[in-house]
Amino acid sequence: MEGEPVGPRHGWEPTIVAFFCNWCTYTAADLAGTSRLKYPPNARIIRVMCSGRVDPQFVVEAFAQGADGVLIGGCHPGDCHYTEGNYKALRRVILLRRMLRQLGIEDGRLRLEWISASEGEKVARVIREMVQAVRELGPLDLPGRRAGWDAEVLREAPTPTAPVAAADGR
Amino acid sequence: MWPEAYPTDGGPRVGVYVCHCGTNIAGVVDIRRLTDYAARLPGVVVARDYKYMCSDPGQELIKKDIEEHRLNRVVVAACSPLLHEHTFRAATAAGGLNPFYVQMVSVRELDSWVHDDPGAATRKAQDLVRAAVQRVMFHEPLERRRVPVHPNVLVVGGGIAGIHAALTLANAGRHVYLVEREPTIGGHMAKFDKTFPTLDCAACILTPKMTAVRAHPNITLWTYAEVEKVDGFVGNYTVTVKRRPRYVDEDLCVGCLECIQACVYKEARVPDEFNLGLGRRKPIYIPFPQAVPQVVVIDPETCIEFKSGRCKKTCVEACGDRGAINLKQTETTEQIEVGAIILATGFKTFDARRIPYYGYGTYPNVYTALEVERLINASGPTGGQVVLRDGREPERVGIIHCVGSRDTNYNVYCSRVCCMYSIKLAHLIRERTGAEVYNFYIDIRTPGKGFEEFYNRALEEGIRFVRGKVGQVSDWAQTPEEQGKLVIQVEDTLAGMVRRIPVDMVVLSVGLEPQADAEEVRRLFNISCSTEGWFLERHPKLAPVSTFTDGIFLAGACQGPKDIPDAVAQAGAAAAEALALIDAGSIELEPNTAYVVEDDCSGCKTCIPLCPYNAITVVAETAKAQITEALCKGCGVCVAACPSGSIRQHLFEDEQIFAEIQGVLVAS
Repeated sequence: MEGEPVGPRHGWEPTIVAFFCNWCTYTAADLAGTSRLKYPPNARIIRVMCSGRVDPQFVVEAFAQGADGVLIGGCHPGDCHYTEGNYKALRRVILLRRMLRQLGIEDGRLRLEWISASEGEKVARVIREMVQAVRELGPLDLPGRRAGWDAEVLREAPTPTAPVAAADGR
Repeated sequence: MWPEAYPTDGGPRVGVYVCHCGTNIAGVVDIRRLTDYAARLPGVVVARDYKYMCSDPGQELIKKDIEEHRLNRVVVAACSPLLHEHTFRAATAAGGLNPFYVQMVSVRELDSWVHDDPGAATRKAQDLVRAAVQRVMFHEPLERRRVPVHPNVLVVGGGIAGIHAALTLANAGRHVYLVEREPTIGGHMAKFDKTFPTLDCAACILTPKMTAVRAHPNITLWTYAEVEKVDGFVGNYTVTVKRRPRYVDEDLCVGCLECIQACVYKEARVPDEFNLGLGRRKPIYIPFPQAVPQVVVIDPETCIEFKSGRCKKTCVEACGDRGAINLKQTETTEQIEVGAIILATGFKTFDARRIPYYGYGTYPNVYTALEVERLINASGPTGGQVVLRDGREPERVGIIHCVGSRDTNYNVYCSRVCCMYSIKLAHLIRERTGAEVYNFYIDIRTPGKGFEEFYNRALEEGIRFVRGKVGQVSDWAQTPEEQGKLVIQVEDTLAGMVRRIPVDMVVLSVGLEPQADAEEVRRLFNISCSTEGWFLERHPKLAPVSTFTDGIFLAGACQGPKDIPDAVAQAGAAAAEALALIDAGSIELEPNTAYVVEDDCSGCKTCIPLCPYNAITVVAETAKAQITEALCKGCGVCVAACPSGSIRQHLFEDEQIFAEIQGVLVAS
C-alpha cells in the first residue's frame, strides 16, 4: 500500500493493542460506546473469547510489530464465563512481565485489568490512564531496536512478513 | 501475505462493507475515506458503503456481490459483532458462502461513539478494517454444532413475576420447577393490600395464581429451597437445589393448622417475618393465611423441642395419625436437568435506618411504606386498622417520598413505584382513618396507564402535596401545637419557605434495591450486574429479558425497579423466550471449540488440568491429547497454553489473531 505510518500525524502518540474478553471487558467496551464515554483513540481492541486465550506470544508479537503498550481485559476474579480463565491470564502475565523486563520492556507497557460488563466507565478510564502512562514512557519502537538483539524471541512469529521499514518510519 | 493453503482458486476476493449507521458512524468517521482506503487494501475486490448495512437492502448488497464478484471473504465495518454478527453471517450464507467467512469491525461502539476527533477516528477505523481484512484471509468454513435442548425450565423466585412465568410455561405444556426461598410463594405482592392505580386487592388477584401454581400438574414447587449449584450450558443445565427442612412433611400436611393451636406456647411471641415484625407468631406457624403451600413450618431457633429437647410435643399429638410433623427432617438436595432458567428473584426495600435524620428505628411512629401496607391489610397484624404503636388512630400523617432514591448519598436512580404507592397509601389511610395526609415529594412521577388520573383523584380528595425534600423528622416541639407530635421540617419549594408540619405518623416511601445476595446469585448463574447491582439484561431495548449467558432469562424487579404490570409483562416475555428456546428442540452453538492437531501433540499433558470442563483426555494408544467437542465451550485457555501449538481453536486460530495484531499495527 502507501506505506503510510500508523497513528496520528502530529507528534508521537502511543499505540496500544488491547485484548478484551468477549463476556466482560469487550461488552464493557460496547457499553462505553453506547454510553458515549470518550477516551483517547490510541487503543486497538482485539476480541478473544476469554482473557485465558491470550497467548503470551500475542503480547510479544504486538510489541514486536510496534505496539507501545498492551492491555489485557478480563472478567473480575470469580466472574469468568469459563470459571477460571482470568486466573490463567493472571499467571501468564506475571511470568511474562519477568521476561519482558529482561528485554527492557517496562512493566507499565503491559497491563492486566479486570473489567466487568457493567464497567464501561472503567474501560474509558483504564485506556485513558494507560495511554497517559505509555506516553510518559515514550515510544518502545521494538521493530527499530530489534536489529541489535538476539532474534530468538521473534523467531516464532508465524508469518515472517514484518515490514520493519514501515514501523521504522514512525 | 495470505495463507498458502488458500481454499479457492485465484486468491482472496474480499468485499468490505462500511455502514453509516445513519449518522452514528458517519457523523464522526469519514466514510468516503474509509471506503476508498478499504478498496485499495490487498485482496479487496469491492468496498462499498451504505446508510444502514443491517437493513434488507444493505444485506442484499453483500449477497449480490458474493454472486457477482465471486467474493470469498466478507468484512463488515459497522456496529458491535455482539449485536449484528449473526445478521451478516446470515447475509453471507444467503449469498452462498460459508457464514464464517465474515469478520465484523466495530467502528461504532469502539470508534465513532467514543471519539470526537474525526481524523483520529477515521485513522483508527482504517487500522481496524485493515486488520479485519488480513484476519478474514485465514478464516475457514465451519459448521455450527447442534445440541439437543432439555424441555424443562427452572424458575427461581416465587413472587408475582416467577409465578406468572411458571404458569405461562406450564400452560404451554412445559414442565417447570419453581424454587422459592421463603416458606410460601407470593413475594412482596402478597404483603400489599391494594394495588395502584385500580385499587383492586392484591390478594384477590394474586392468591388464585398462587393456588394455580400449587395445583398445576406441570409445576414442581419447592418452597423453603435455594439453588445451590448450576452446571452446564444453554439447553443443558444441571441445577442442584437445596431444600431446607421445615420439619413438616409437605405431602402429609393438609393445612388444618391444629398444631399451631396446640403449641405449648399459648401466646404468639416471636416477631413475625411476614408482617415485618409488626405481629407475632408461634415457633410453629404458617406465614399468612393464604400461604401456598398450605403447610406449616417449625422454626428451630425458637421451638422448645429444638432448644431443649424437653417439649411435650403437643403439635405432634395434635397432628395425630396424619403424622405430618417430622422433627427429624433434614436438609435434602435435588438435582434437576433444565434447558432454560428464568431468574425472578425480586428486590429488597431500602433500609430506612441508613437515613438517621428521618428517625426510623428511633421514633416508634415512623414506619416504612411496606409496614403500612401490612397495617392496612385486612389480614395484617391489626386486621386492617391503621393505628399507631399505642393503638391511637393518627389524625395527621406525613408520607416522605424518595427515601433512598434519587439521592446521591444512597441510590441515584428513581425506584419508579414509590410515587404511585405513596399516593395509594395516602388514599387508603385517608379512607380508613379520615386523617389529613401530606405527601412530601421532589417530583411526582406518574408515567403509567391510569397513573396521572389516580394522582388527580388524590388531589381532588384533598390529599396534600408539598414539593420539597424533607430535611428532618424529630420530636422536638417548638410550639404547643407540636407537643407530642413528630415534626417534619421541609423546605416547601413552591411556597419558598421552610415549614414545620406536626404529624402523628410518618411513612417513609422507601425505594427498591437489589436483593442483599444478588451478587452471589449473579455468580451462581454466571450473569452480570449493573453497577447498582441489578441483573444486567443483554440489550436494554432489544433483549430486555435475556442475559449474556444463553438460556438464562430475567423477569421482574431483579432486573430493575418495576411495578406489578411491568413485572408480569416481563415474566410473560421471559417465558416466551424460554419457550422459543426449548420448543426448537435443539440449538446451534458457536463452532469456536478447540481441537488437537494430533501430529504435533507431544503428549505433555500441560493442557489436561487447565480445562475447567474436563474436555481434554489423553488417548491411551497414541498418548496424545484429545478434545471432546461436546464438552468444550471454546474459552481457548488450552490453546494459549499448548507448548507445541498443537491445540487450535476454530474462529480464534493463532494465525487469525496474529494477522489481526499485525493488521492493527502495520500498514501493509
